[in-house]
Order: sequence, then C-alpha cells, then structure tokens
Amino acid sequence: MISRRILAIVIIVLAVLLAWFDLSAYRPFRLGLDLRGGSHLVYEADVSSLSAADIKDAMSALREVIERRINAFGVAEPVIQIETAGLGNDAKHRLIVELPGVTDLNEALKVIDVTPVLEFKTERPDGPEKETIRAAYQEAQEALIAGKPLPDNPRLQEDPEFVSTPLTGRYLKRARVDFGQQSINPSISLEFDKTGGEIFAELTKANIDKRIGIYLDGRPLSAPVVREEISDGRAEITGQFTLTEARELVRNLNLGALPVAIKLVSTETVGATLGQEAFDQGVRAGIIGLLIVAVFMILWYRLNGLVAVVSLAIYIVLVLVVFKLLLVTLTAAGIAGFILSLGIAVDANVLIFERLKEELWQHEHLHEAIRDGFAHAWLPIRDSNLSSIISALILFWFGTSLIRGFALTLTIGIVISMFTAITVTRNLLLAVAPVHKTRLVHFLFSSGFRR
Amino acid sequence: MFIINHRKIFFMISGLLVLTSLIGLFRYGLKLGTDFTGGTIMEIEYSGTRPELALIKSPIDALALGPVSLQTIGERSVLLRLRTITEDEHQALKQTLSGLEKRYSSIGPAVGEELARRGIIAILIVVVLIILFIAFVFRHVSKPVNSWKYGVIAILALIHDIAIPTGVMALLGRFYGVEVDALFLTALLTILGLSVNDTIVVFDRIRENLKQHTGEKFDEVVGRSLNEIIVRSINTSLTVILVLLAIYFFGSASTKYFALVMAVGMFVGTYSSIFIASPLLVSWQKWSARVK
Repeated sequence: MISRRILAIVIIVLAVLLAWFDLSAYRPFRLGLDLRGGSHLVYEADVSSLSAADIKDAMSALREVIERRINAFGVAEPVIQIETAGLGNDAKHRLIVELPGVTDLNEALKVIDVTPVLEFKTERPDGPEKETIRAAYQEAQEALIAGKPLPDNPRLQEDPEFVSTPLTGRYLKRARVDFGQQSINPSISLEFDKTGGEIFAELTKANIDKRIGIYLDGRPLSAPVVREEISDGRAEITGQFTLTEARELVRNLNLGALPVAIKLVSTETVGATLGQEAFDQGVRAGIIGLLIVAVFMILWYRLNGLVAVVSLAIYIVLVLVVFKLLLVTLTAAGIAGFILSLGIAVDANVLIFERLKEELWQHEHLHEAIRDGFAHAWLPIRDSNLSSIISALILFWFGTSLIRGFALTLTIGIVISMFTAITVTRNLLLAVAPVHKTRLVHFLFSSGFRR
Repeated sequence: MFIINHRKIFFMISGLLVLTSLIGLFRYGLKLGTDFTGGTIMEIEYSGTRPELALIKSPIDALALGPVSLQTIGERSVLLRLRTITEDEHQALKQTLSGLEKRYSSIGPAVGEELARRGIIAILIVVVLIILFIAFVFRHVSKPVNSWKYGVIAILALIHDIAIPTGVMALLGRFYGVEVDALFLTALLTILGLSVNDTIVVFDRIRENLKQHTGEKFDEVVGRSLNEIIVRSINTSLTVILVLLAIYFFGSASTKYFALVMAVGMFVGTYSSIFIASPLLVSWQKWSARVK
C-alpha cells in the first residue's frame, strides 16, 4: 500500500518535471507554416532526359543547390524535401521548399530561381586594363579601411586575374571523381558536350602553361594549369584534393550543369498574423475542450474521474515531450490528430471505469476489483487502438505531407494513451483506493446518477 | 433487448439518412476546394474600410486572369478565387490590390488531383486491412457468426459513418458555399479510424459474453452486451464531441467545418456501432439460420 503511494508520488513528480521540460525554451516546438506564417513552394523537376538510376542523384544534387541558396538568403529553419509521387515512368519528382517567416514570395523566388552558373575563365593578360581594375580594387580596399563608403566603380564587378570565356556549365556534360595513375590524390574529370569540347580545345590551345579558373556562382573553385591542348572534350583537374573535397567539387560541377530543369507548380503563403491567430485559437479551443471534458469526467466518474483527469494531464505532458524530442512539426492537421488521440485516451479511461463498476459488485476487495477491471478492459483497448494504428500507418505511408502530419501525431498519441491508461491510471487508482469497501468508497468509485 | 427487438426501425432511420446523403451528394456534388482542383486563393485584409466589391473587381478583370470570384470575410477581408496563376501574375495582382495579403495559395491542377487520388487509395487500403484485422482478432469467435462477418459488418457501419458526414458536407457546400479542403479528407480519415475503433469495442463485448453465456441465444447475448456497453459508448463520444464543439466555437476559422464534420461523424459512428452494426450481426445470423 505504502509502496503504491510512493510510486504514485514518483509518477506525479516525474510528470511535473517533464511538464517543466515542455514549457522550457529548450528545443522549442516546431510549428508548421500554417501556424506561424511562411511560404510553401512545390517545384516539379523535369527528369525525362535522365535514366532511372541518375534521377536520385540529380534530385539530391538539386536539393543541395537549393538549400545552399536558401541558406545564403538567410531563412531560419528552411525545410527542403524531395517528394516522389506515382510509380515507374509516370513518377513525378518534386522538390518541396518550406520557408518559415517568408511571406514576400517575390524575393524568395528570385533567390531560388537563379540557375547556378558554372564558368570557365582564362587569365587576364597583363596590360593597362588589368592595372585599372587592380587600381579600382586598391581604392576600394583603402576606402574600406578608412571606413568610407565603397566607391561606385563598375570595374569592381570584374576580376583582375581572370576574364570570362564563352565556356560555361551549359556545355558540361558531366564531371566525376577519378584517380590519376601517377598520384594517389583523386582528380576530377570533366566531359564537355560537342560544342563545349570545341570551345575548350581553342581555350586550351591559347592558354598552355596558364591557368583556367573554374567559377561557380561567381566564386572561384579552382584554377588548374593547362599543360597541353585538349581536343577530345575532356578535361582533368588535378590538385591537392582530399577525396571528400573532390567529391564535393564534382557535385558542384554537376550542379553547374544544372541536373534538372525545375518548374514551380504550386505556392502557398500564410501571413504571420493569420498563422498566429490560427495557433492561438487552436490552443484556446484545446484548453476549453479539455476543461469541459475534465468537468464531465469528475462529475460522472467522481474519484475515478479525478484520477482520469490527472492521468490525462500526464498523457498530454508525455505527448508534448515526444513531439519535442522527435521534432514533430505541428500543423493544424497535426493538432487535430493530437486532439483525436486525446479522445481515444479518454475512451481508454472510460472503458476501464465502466468495467471497474461491474467488477465492484463481484469483488469483496476494492483492489481486486481494480486489478480485474484493468485486466478485462485491456483487450478492447488493445484491439480498437491497434485498428486505429493500422489506419494511421497506412495514411502515413500513402499520404501527402498534410495527411502524414496528422497520422504521425495520431500514432504517437495512441501509443502513449495505451501506456498512460494502463500504467498511470492503474497505479494512481490503486494508490488512492482504500482496501475495504465502505458506502463512501462505493459512492466514490461508482458513476452516473446512482448514489 | 430494446435495440435488438426494434432493429428494423433503426435500420430504416439509417437507411433514410444514408439515402438522403447520397442523393445530396449526387445531386449537388461536393464543392471541391483548390486543394483538390488546383487554382488560386488569396485573402486580402484592408486596414480601413473595405472598398465595394465591384471596385475591387474591375482592376482585377483588367489583368485578364480568367474568372475571378470575390467573397467577403469578416469586416475587413476579402477572399479571391481564380485559376492557377504564375508568380508574375501574382505580383501584378498584388499591385492592383491595396490591402494586405494575409494568405495566398496557387496550386497546380496535377498536385490537387494527386491529393484526391492518394486519399482515396489510402482509404481503400485501410478498409481492406481492417476487414482482415477484425477477422483475425475475432478468429476464435466463429460460432454462431463467422469472424469475417464481423469485419464485413464493421465496414458496412464504416460506409454509413463516412456517407452521412460527406452528405452533410455536400449540403453545406450547396447552401452555405462551404468548400471541401484537405482538412475534410483528414476528417474522413479520422472518422474512419474512430468508427472502426468504436465498433470493435462493442464487438469485443459480444465476443466476451459469447464465451461466458454459452446457454443464451445469440440475439440475447448481443442485447446484453449492448446494455453493458452503451454508457461507455455514449460517454466516450460525448467527450470527443465536447472537444470538437470547443474547436467549432473557439477554434480558428480554418478548422471550423473540420470540427463540425468530425462531430457529425463521431455521432453517427457511435450510433452505428450500437444501433446498426450489432443488430446487423443478429439479422445476419438469423438469416443464415433460416437459409440452412
């Protein structure tokens, strides 16, 4: 008996600690765009020219380039996902981009829509032009040191060391990591298409023993030295790469050729105020609903009802802990799933109490009645919840992101509700139940309009 | 026993409700929102007084974006609906409207169709798995009614529980212009889960009583089980409906009709487990006995 009560106190203390964790700022809840405002963009990739094996690579390369661009744009916690819909050749490959807090679509789209540019540049010949640009840079640097605004000189747009050539990522067929025979360092081989190969042959012929700069998005990647004219449309970049660097570079180069063309197929924007409103109202509705349920449970099930309300509170605390730890993104649909699981959690308690009422007539000892009540209520709780979990798992498997959010919170909720109904409610009830039945005890453990 | 004895009345009530729903559904159809059909929705809030709708509309028409429908929301907002537009068209549209853009969505038709298709596939798979699951769980209860029949009846109850809220939605669409959105699909899926959940709890009681009261006739066992379980069923659905009503009255506008449809589904779901599914078991058993 005493150990029961100690256990009950331990459970409640633990729950209070976890509630404190829920309310703490550590790992804040992730709200979906519909609840905090932001933009949701769906791009469709044109993969018709790719073989099935290359699609996956192309899509993850696409994802990375977009992610880099968004990070450069300075969006907090962007979510970028690849979604494949349909099967086989009909499959649609999409890129879903979620930008929390971004409500000016125009700005966001500008950043994403710019195709990454791969450029090849040759050394700028020494001469007055190079000197002018250098002088402009010198001036800018001095201005910066002096804390003055940058001079408005168009020369600053140019690179003093390199000049642009017609060769760009447009002509790159593909790049891959290679291992040279003389060196253990990996090298990178590039393959141009026909036109690219011709331009490259001319460039290399004119620039033997000089560097060719490889630029991505205007930033220099590397500048290998040309050793001889290359006419087969293939180039090799050797250098002191580690394997990781080489791989990264290859990926970037393949990106420069833009693996797939993308098309914006749908956009959604929720203003921050609307999202906040939806969130506040959702929370308010949840709290009011819970209070009504609590009042009903206590009036109808008396002491049991009170125990159930405590158990439900613990249930909510636990679910929120899981949401926090698994970084579940809460959307309006997700919250609906959670509220539904709340209903299921109440049901488990109701099933137990109705059962308990029946057992109460058959047993001399209250504790036996409670134990039997729980044992008998377990089967319907298990079976009915299993069927709900089956539904939720299928929805998760087949659903779009909205349905998935719902299925996920529902599944988490159901699993935890089974745990709290069977362990928490049971231990709390056993802790408060006296051993012998008196009239008062009978009243407290009964329900409904009966005395 | 009251419910079992008068089961034909309840069958008729349900039959009538389902029939009305189906007629409503086929006559009016569902008013599908842009989530399913593709298209654009834009909500604009004006800081001062809202201009006359005609004044808002004429500059939009000048942009030639196809048919545009305007609807007022609350005191200061207006909702625009039009075809799927490109981002350039969106920017041009924004220029012509003086208010603040609160919400904007432009969904490609293919994306919408896919949501509907995936939803339907998911529902079908769930239905099949549930029949199998129930047949498995009730496999030890093959007398006097085969376990797979429990599954079939659970699905019949499910169709009943899905049909009525869908009918309600069709009527709401016809008379109040309420659109079916992705949340409605979620509501249906939820009703699906709860309906079966509830039916299983009731069937479980029958399963247990069949073991304990082997002497009784099948209809008596079912009647006894219903008496034992009815309070639980009402209380459970009552608590859920209370929460849903709270969402309906105090929740955000976007979840209002979701809550309403769910509440209807919850109500008919509980009703069907007690007044339809279990009496159907009895009818089926009697019918099989007569055929033999």
